[in-house]
Amino acid sequence: MADGSVTEVKDALAKVGYLADEPAALVSFLAQRLGKPILVEGPAGVGKTELAKALSRATGRDLIRLQCYEGLDEAKALYEWNYRKQLLRIQAGGEDGWRDVHDDIFASEFLLERPLLRAIASPEPVVLLIDEIDKTDQEFEAMLLELLSDFQITIPELGRVAATTMPIVVLTSNNSRELTEALKRRCLYLWLDYPELEREMAIVRLHAPELDEGLARRMVEVVRMVRALDLKKPPSIAESIDWARTLLLMGAEDIDGETFEQSMSIIVKHRTDIELVAERVGVKLAQPVRTEG
Amino acid sequence: MPSPYGPKAETGPPGLAAKLLGFCEELRGEGVAVGTSEILDAFAALEQVPWTSREDFREALAATIAKSQDDRRVFELLFERWFFRAAEAEAVSRGVEERERRYEGGEQIDLDQLREQVRQAIVEGDDGEMRDLARLAIAAFGRQGEGSGVVGVDVQRIRRTLGLSAGQQAPAEDGGTELPPIDRDQLNAFERHLRRELERELIERTSTLPPSRPLAELDRALPTSPTQDLAAVHRAVSQMKRRLATLGHEQRGRRKGQTVDVRRTMRASLETGGVPMHLRYRPKRPRRPEIYVLCDVSTSVTSASVFFLSVLHALHDSFRKLRSFVFIERISEVTEVFEHERDFRVIAQRISSEGGVADVSGYTDYGRVWLEFLGEISDDLDPRSTVIVLGDARTNGREPHAEVFAQVAERAGRLFWLNPEPRLYWNYGDSVMAAYERHCDGAFECWTTRHLENFVNVVAGGVPVAD
Repeated sequence: MADGSVTEVKDALAKVGYLADEPAALVSFLAQRLGKPILVEGPAGVGKTELAKALSRATGRDLIRLQCYEGLDEAKALYEWNYRKQLLRIQAGGEDGWRDVHDDIFASEFLLERPLLRAIASPEPVVLLIDEIDKTDQEFEAMLLELLSDFQITIPELGRVAATTMPIVVLTSNNSRELTEALKRRCLYLWLDYPELEREMAIVRLHAPELDEGLARRMVEVVRMVRALDLKKPPSIAESIDWARTLLLMGAEDIDGETFEQSMSIIVKHRTDIELVAERVGVKLAQPVRTEG
Repeated sequence: MPSPYGPKAETGPPGLAAKLLGFCEELRGEGVAVGTSEILDAFAALEQVPWTSREDFREALAATIAKSQDDRRVFELLFERWFFRAAEAEAVSRGVEERERRYEGGEQIDLDQLREQVRQAIVEGDDGEMRDLARLAIAAFGRQGEGSGVVGVDVQRIRRTLGLSAGQQAPAEDGGTELPPIDRDQLNAFERHLRRELERELIERTSTLPPSRPLAELDRALPTSPTQDLAAVHRAVSQMKRRLATLGHEQRGRRKGQTVDVRRTMRASLETGGVPMHLRYRPKRPRRPEIYVLCDVSTSVTSASVFFLSVLHALHDSFRKLRSFVFIERISEVTEVFEHERDFRVIAQRISSEGGVADVSGYTDYGRVWLEFLGEISDDLDPRSTVIVLGDARTNGREPHAEVFAQVAERAGRLFWLNPEPRLYWNYGDSVMAAYERHCDGAFECWTTRHLENFVNVVAGGVPVAD
């Protein structure tokens, strides 16, 4: 990806199917220029993870993904010693002195690389996605600090593994807990929100190009109406796209009360939410279509 | 001329660096944690973007300095103000004026026409247009000779004169076309322009900048008055909702008294050839507290009660064992209402219509409320339960029955009091906070989400419930 200016980054992202807004493009641009990780926060389904994927496509780099969850530890995130192989080595080399064996079994041959180490040690530059960092505990965050600021990992038996190429690091968070100051300090901060009407329309039409423009506009308007309600799970962009495709399959020409009722479950996925939406939006749609609709 | 706004902006070294540092200093003053490393990052980032684009400039600064949504909000408010002031200070010092040309054409404006144009600009969200129209509006308004001299008052008067209000619009007088609804954010944007232009005029007239004030707590805090948009309250609370849902998880399995998980230990021992070298523990489940919330809904806390009710609403989603009560003169349980109704407005309505809490006077009677609560509920209270009272402790001169309250406190494991008034006002007038506070495990002032979060940390995180 050409990284000459913000606009170029934006265009490059658009070319691989990600319509970034101004802040997102700018932060992606800065991240590449300054070599700093990006911390992306925002509601579920606004394209946080997708941003990392798009960056990897646009730059032609491999994407290495670390999905975080409660209880994730170094052995699964950084590296682990391949003890089986180590055992074999010890048993096989019966005659060697202990010194030889000792030096030998802690060589990189016996190291199992996990995502973080793999991203650092990769000879080609990569995009590293650390997804849902807020699901882990604070200790794990602390462990990331060395990686994020210096792009290096220290393995006691081996020494320091420093990155030969600068990875683009994207961390995503659903904001379910406050991240530590130390982590935030090392990152560029990007808040992604639901897109405004025009951009969401563009996104929908990019992924469902056959959809008629008028219908797309109407659809996005309805989705926005649904989002404005107090739902357990407001519809995300991915769900708007799904819905657009559903409408295409159904051959719908307009979103009236009936179509809405049939396809509503695509965008609303909680029983209580469905009731609420049917009551509030469904009724509105059942009325005659507005003139500008 | 001596300046009222501190020596820094006047005598500080020229150039952008000094301005930026001053800006960061002000952010720090508002509680945003801006470290030296952030400032260095900001400078590094600014080298990469063209300064001619205001948007890029601001985003680059924001990405490096403001690291959360709350910080971002403060950042926006201050960014606007700081650079506006910087420009005006420069204008004053160089004697640049545009008083003469400012309101050109302001004399022949038709108010109705202007009204239409403003409405149009607001609906379309055209920033430049809004700014121009704000100037025209001020001119037209000034012609009527109604300026009060106080910026905030004038802004509201102009808004009313133009007949602007957020939300659905009343149909036009001629009964013709229906007007499109006005978005609150857009209306706020227009008001900001009005304010800005009025300030600019004031600065030009007096050739001085007004002193810079810290952001009012209200500007950044949660909107609490019932006329303000409920959605804003809810957005803030829903964030907290998620926090509540995950709080306590961090502590899991980290306390003493853990039990060994034999199965997982055996499995782990395979790595070490069958020797159980690493013990695995059963994760500790966080304790689910039983919560009783008592919420004052009388007139003296009107502004806070919407906030409190939405907090209740949020709590209901997060804790399964929660019973809620509202009270004025008497107490009434509303757990059912919250369980069966998801829509906040309906809840508020049902509570006010069928709560049956206001007897004759409509004034709070705390003493009576405690007596009733103790009589009806106390058998259910046990050391695991937490009682939270939301109220201002203003008894309207009635008997506070602090001894009854003490009994409630004794039976419950923990008792917290959230008071919507600043601590300063406690125990003034008919507030008997001191009498109750003695029996509480904690009393907090609470009228912003920040206060609320602080409180939530205590309830769900820190101290174990039973000990």
